[in-house]
Amino acid sequence: MSEPILDIRGLEKTYRGGVKALGGVDLQIERGEIFALLGPNGAGKTTLIGAICGLVRPTAGSVHTFGQDLLKNSKKLRQRIGLVPQEISVDLFDNVIRQVRYSRGMFGCPADETRIEEVLRSLSLWDKKDARINELSGGMKRRVMIAKALAHDPELLFLDEPTAGVDVELRRDMWLQIGKLRERGVTIILTTHYIEEAEEMADRVGIINRGEILLVDNKDAIMRRLGRTEAHFTLAHPLSQLPVSLAKFPLTIESEGTCLIYRGGDGAGKGKREVAELAQILTREDIAFNGLETRDSSLEDIFVQLVAQKQDQAT
Amino acid sequence: MIAGGINFRAALAIFKNEVMRMFRAVFGSVLSPVITTSLYLVVFGAAMADRVEADPGVSYGAFIVPGLLMLTLLSESTSNASFGIYMPKFTGAIYELLSAPVGFVETLIGFVGAAAAKSLILAAIILGTAALIVDYEIRYPLFALGYIVLIAATFSMLGFIIGLWANGFEKLQIVPLLILMPLTFLGGTFFSIDVLPEPWRSISLINPIVYLVNGLRWTFLGESDFPIAISFAVTVGFLLLCTIIIAVIFKTGWRLRE
Repeated sequence: MSEPILDIRGLEKTYRGGVKALGGVDLQIERGEIFALLGPNGAGKTTLIGAICGLVRPTAGSVHTFGQDLLKNSKKLRQRIGLVPQEISVDLFDNVIRQVRYSRGMFGCPADETRIEEVLRSLSLWDKKDARINELSGGMKRRVMIAKALAHDPELLFLDEPTAGVDVELRRDMWLQIGKLRERGVTIILTTHYIEEAEEMADRVGIINRGEILLVDNKDAIMRRLGRTEAHFTLAHPLSQLPVSLAKFPLTIESEGTCLIYRGGDGAGKGKREVAELAQILTREDIAFNGLETRDSSLEDIFVQLVAQKQDQAT
Repeated sequence: MIAGGINFRAALAIFKNEVMRMFRAVFGSVLSPVITTSLYLVVFGAAMADRVEADPGVSYGAFIVPGLLMLTLLSESTSNASFGIYMPKFTGAIYELLSAPVGFVETLIGFVGAAAAKSLILAAIILGTAALIVDYEIRYPLFALGYIVLIAATFSMLGFIIGLWANGFEKLQIVPLLILMPLTFLGGTFFSIDVLPEPWRSISLINPIVYLVNGLRWTFLGESDFPIAISFAVTVGFLLLCTIIIAVIFKTGWRLRE
């Protein structure tokens, strides 16, 4: 396996006043992947990105990027890293192209109007290049933030809540842009609390809560490990106990015997197969049902479940 | 891309960005100080010149030119640099400075250099304007230029420190308006401290601005209340102190990184 592009070990951050935002984070990011860091508000997502990008001073731990210690070689390594912050943090009275040129210069790159034009065109900003940023819509301002981060062609890009507060259309558009960046070989780490975003784009997902990484895995593997299928059979006649033929299924009877509930599967099709088999057995056994609802758990269910479990353990 | 450990392109990018920002508001940043200084010159240098006695052989108008120039240099250098670094902190755009391969040297060249450069442009405009209002000459032009550059750089550094320290717009104004301005007025802008009665003359000697005004006045008139070496030493000492403070701020991340 190749060396990770980002290797975080035991990263801690305790703010003045004693608030522990990161409690010993270990995380490895592979080159070329899209990694989504999921977590509720205040989970430590932005602090983690800030600690890597130089905005926050870690209390303990180490960060290696491109195989080198980021703190010891910060100037050399930071040239290869880009950051799109959560907020629209830019000189709003300046115009678009000047701000993008400024960002390119800040990262030590020579002036290159062709590249600046490419970046602006790729984000549909070329027509607005001379516009003052405060005259742009919220979505356009967010694109300007991305253009600034891409101006120096980073190999590792952090997107902190890139689609927070933007409309559905723009969010889809952002996803397309992020997909194009991946095609160019850019490694992307994004934080989000939109599960849909992680499901749509990420190769791997990390779940963070209260400054601790609860789980990191391939999205499909998480679904296989923690995904569940839930099926509700509405029975025509109440059932007092389960027939022996159904004993092998994870079933419960609820609603005074009128609802047979299946909760099982593995997030990879087993649940659906078992529900189909169950329906056949019920028919064979003459157990009539007049309604069936099935639902696969989403990444959001898993996320909520994990966070709730962790909070239960803490209390 | 980074030569000798210094990211010159970033320094230039910050410098250009800052100069552009300052000149976007040309009225506030250029016209306003020029008009204010010109009014001082008209009132004190032209209208009241015959009624006020300055150094023998020197017109009052010519006497106050270096003092007024110092007043503008101090206030403009300080406020330009403090706003320069405070605004990105206020808007959040500081993230770019912190996440980019930029350190102490690039920041100094960029922010302090731009603030000082603007002060020098202002100084040139003010001297040109003053020539239209009062008769004056500069006895040692090269020393004057060097001293003006030194003052502009030193007080731009002070402004930079104030901008880092401030966590609100009010704090940005405290040092320039409540400390620098009174000290400059009492520091011999409009008079030689030799005309002050005791104990005020002795008290004035603890005002560092006295030495700065005195130094600049020497480059203009060739005469001063103290040896020029003292003025030079005070200015360079303050410059070094500000440099050390900024270096420590960058090392520790105080008010920059959480």
